[in-house]
Amino acid sequence: MSQFLLSLLSGVFIGGAAGFLGTLMLPKRMSLVAGPLGHLALPGIALALVYGFDISLGAFPFVILGIFLIWLFERRTRLPAEALTAVVFATGVAVAFFFLPIEEAEAALVGDILNIKLNDAVFSVALCTLILLIVEKIYSKMTLINISEDLAKSQKINLGKYNLVYLLLIALIVALGVKVVGGLLTAAIVAIPTVTSRNLAKNLSQYKLLALVFGSLSSASGILLSQLTLLPPGPLIIVSSAFLFVVSTVFKR
Amino acid sequence: MDFILRVENLNVRLDGEDVLVDLSFDVRKGEVLAILGPNGAGKTTLLKALLGNVPYKGVVEWGEEVRVGYVPQRLPFIKDVPLSVKEFFKLENASENETRGILESIGLGEEILGKRIGDLSSGQFQRILIGWALASDPDVLLFDEPLAGIDIGGQESVYILLERLKGEKNLTILFVTHELSVVYRLADRVLCLNRKMLCKGTPKEMLTSEAISELYASPVRFYQHEHEEG
Repeated sequence: MSQFLLSLLSGVFIGGAAGFLGTLMLPKRMSLVAGPLGHLALPGIALALVYGFDISLGAFPFVILGIFLIWLFERRTRLPAEALTAVVFATGVAVAFFFLPIEEAEAALVGDILNIKLNDAVFSVALCTLILLIVEKIYSKMTLINISEDLAKSQKINLGKYNLVYLLLIALIVALGVKVVGGLLTAAIVAIPTVTSRNLAKNLSQYKLLALVFGSLSSASGILLSQLTLLPPGPLIIVSSAFLFVVSTVFKR
Repeated sequence: MDFILRVENLNVRLDGEDVLVDLSFDVRKGEVLAILGPNGAGKTTLLKALLGNVPYKGVVEWGEEVRVGYVPQRLPFIKDVPLSVKEFFKLENASENETRGILESIGLGEEILGKRIGDLSSGQFQRILIGWALASDPDVLLFDEPLAGIDIGGQESVYILLERLKGEKNLTILFVTHELSVVYRLADRVLCLNRKMLCKGTPKEMLTSEAISELYASPVRFYQHEHEEG
């Protein structure tokens, strides 16, 4: 398979899965969370680039570590999570720059999907499929939790279990997302397709489907435009996604 | 006597503050119990404790295999999700047939299924919430402020619905309110509450009770905002 098709396929799957998961994050006011998580994955990305392994594999443990540290500090200090997130993610970015080779900085910051290897692409597509299936499986219960925790508890839903699965899915999508849009832009791939979809959707099924479609479409468009313009695909994906959003505001219901 | 709920020495402490102190009461099957008290009296917290949603000390004992439906006071976050009425019922695994049956019993037509929750009137939304709680075929309904925030026309329709449900389904209903008029019209028995139990009795007894005036005359000393999410 050509390198271009590999990139396109991985990008479309990752973009779609990110948009789909993003629809659960918007009502929780968590759309922006993927941003700092992507930033604090940067040391892992840097390690992967230095030693030549898949950057998602490098990113994932750092995202998990970051989530754990924020949780731990919050318990210890009772300070607001957003302030602690600032501490943790800025430290991640700072540490990354100690050993990130400067010629690799672009790949780390805005992604490098055009050079994805065959086995990484297969792995990404498989993982995205799994993420889509799990999100679909927890969707009703998570929506109920998003609407009202009391209502969810009255239905005997185990909130802790569902929130844990949900956080793990976010960590996974961030780790996959850094491949496509780098450590700087991960918030955009979960946030923008979702708000675009929110502008147009009449009901929940449309909301989910459109977010998935817009996520995939933005990835495809960015990667294609990158072939034409020789500009990096990550930023082009975000700009395509933002363009769709602006168009959707015209048609907002 | 056929009790469906027994509460003994219930105490709830939240964030270092005593929200409920030493409550004891029973509820009989088929009874409509009003829980009356000013803002911040711990009424919503009592419902949450009965549902097991907040930590408590003491005994909350439901009858065997009793199913409890909960109608929350408000759901501010529901408008963040573009949810149709049909999809809202699907969240509870209600089949289309069940949903239709429920719509009929809450007096709404099928055309409402395609509407977005966010586009409903306050009265329609309240009835949908009641219907949603009915979908799990409960024996008991816990109801937080049935009429709060509903326009007058909507209020009447919710009244009528509750009176009918009481008659038709032999439901036990516990509802929280601060409006005396609802109590007289619907309740068999009343608890009045301001952190502690101030009185128990029938609505008629309450009319002459000094507890009522005491309940509303005494300032609530530790006003606490108890609806973090509706």
